[in-house]
Amino acid sequence: METIIRTDGRKFDETRPILAEVGVLKNADGSAMFKLGNTTAIAGVFGPRKVYPKHEEEAERAILRTRYNMAPFATSERNRPGTNRRSTEISLVTRQALTPLIFLDEFPKTAIDVHIEVLQADASTRCVGINAAVLALADAGVPMKDLVASCSAGKVGDAVVLDIAGKEDTEGELDLPIAYYPKKKHITLLQMDGITDGKEVKEIIKLAVKGCEKIYEEQKRALRNRYKLEGAD
Amino acid sequence: MIEIDPLLVRQVIENGKRVDGRSLDSYRDIVIETDVVTSAEGSARVRLGDTVVLAGVKIDVGTPFADTPDEGVLMVGAEFVPLASPDFESGPPREDAIEVARVVDRAIRESKSIDTKKLCITPKEKVWMVYVDVDVLDDHGNLIDATSLAALAALLTAKMPVLNEDGRVDHEKKGTEPLPIKGNPLCTTFVKIGDQIIADPSLSETRAMNARLTVGTFEQDGHVKLCSMQKGGSIGLTLDELEKIIHMAEQKGAELRKLLK
Repeated sequence: METIIRTDGRKFDETRPILAEVGVLKNADGSAMFKLGNTTAIAGVFGPRKVYPKHEEEAERAILRTRYNMAPFATSERNRPGTNRRSTEISLVTRQALTPLIFLDEFPKTAIDVHIEVLQADASTRCVGINAAVLALADAGVPMKDLVASCSAGKVGDAVVLDIAGKEDTEGELDLPIAYYPKKKHITLLQMDGITDGKEVKEIIKLAVKGCEKIYEEQKRALRNRYKLEGAD
Repeated sequence: MIEIDPLLVRQVIENGKRVDGRSLDSYRDIVIETDVVTSAEGSARVRLGDTVVLAGVKIDVGTPFADTPDEGVLMVGAEFVPLASPDFESGPPREDAIEVARVVDRAIRESKSIDTKKLCITPKEKVWMVYVDVDVLDDHGNLIDATSLAALAALLTAKMPVLNEDGRVDHEKKGTEPLPIKGNPLCTTFVKIGDQIIADPSLSETRAMNARLTVGTFEQDGHVKLCSMQKGGSIGLTLDELEKIIHMAEQKGAELRKLLK
């Protein structure tokens, strides 16, 4: 691979600094904060709990509800509070990214609510939201088959790079966020904006998977830190 | 509407066949009619099998966004009107309708087929606003591809409106100038059922599917390029499956584009 100088000095296959913390809220059944560079999201999980409105209840499984929301102060220009087309779509793809992991069949007639709040946005907010959400689900004790990790890769000029951020995001040619379920090697979220071809896109997806693998390790570390036994090694 | 049991749909597909007799990679019959709404600047009705959607382009004058002062605005909307399905309800667009609109919008936008700079009238003040609104009239599956075809066909036939002396759209006059569009971006959708990948899922196949991938493609200098992707469905796809679908999308996209020539 050729050496690429990125605006913030990272290597082409390097993510921004990662910070993950589990159990950051008291009221939620599970919670977590995830930071990727300047992008920060906090997630809180409630449930499995009774379903309101009642008609949404499913007899044989739990329903998973996700809400992605961006704080009005999270961007340089204030963004109008409340749901919009973008946040509705992200809530949907976030739900689909998490669904394969959760043993929903174990909790019929209940709801698991995942709330994601983006506090500071500098690209990849959906990825950071998913990374926080999966840790919050684990913190809530929701039985899962694995964790999912989410990361994006893209193109700046002709260079394929991991975890586009800052100037690269506004000037980048292409952004491809994925969510990755490592045990099954399944991609549970994939979106793409920008021009590429069939050959290059494989390279971009593989790089994004590499980023997810790194984030996965950080997620596991954060969970271990939270549930470390006193005196245990 | 005849409902086919998703279990049966899966069984048939696992044997390499489909309930409606199509091969795994073939689309249903497609009929495209353009200029079907006289009040719109451009329009198209698309039938994809029994799925029917109607796209209308309205072009108006508006103010540009602050971050793109010299560019016009393109916006795709989709409405799942209740007459199209017993499952649709009136009210604000649901997440599925929003997803269809945004996925179709993204393919057109990201391919840069519409030169939004050419839609500028006076920088910072006045630009053309191009709205593509798609009404779903009969839902029999694969609304993304039907909407994408209709939106593109309507844009390709759209004519720019004429401005009157005070700079507003003169609705009495018909424009003759085409909309500045040079590319041909289309969405193609595939679903995974069991271990098989199929193109253009019908409604019963949509209900039986595990994972979906929509790929936006267009043609540039004789090459097929990708411009957008969206995964849907409640299970994941492997890298091999993604590659297979992307390859199928390159071929199917080229096939569908022939219908628009």
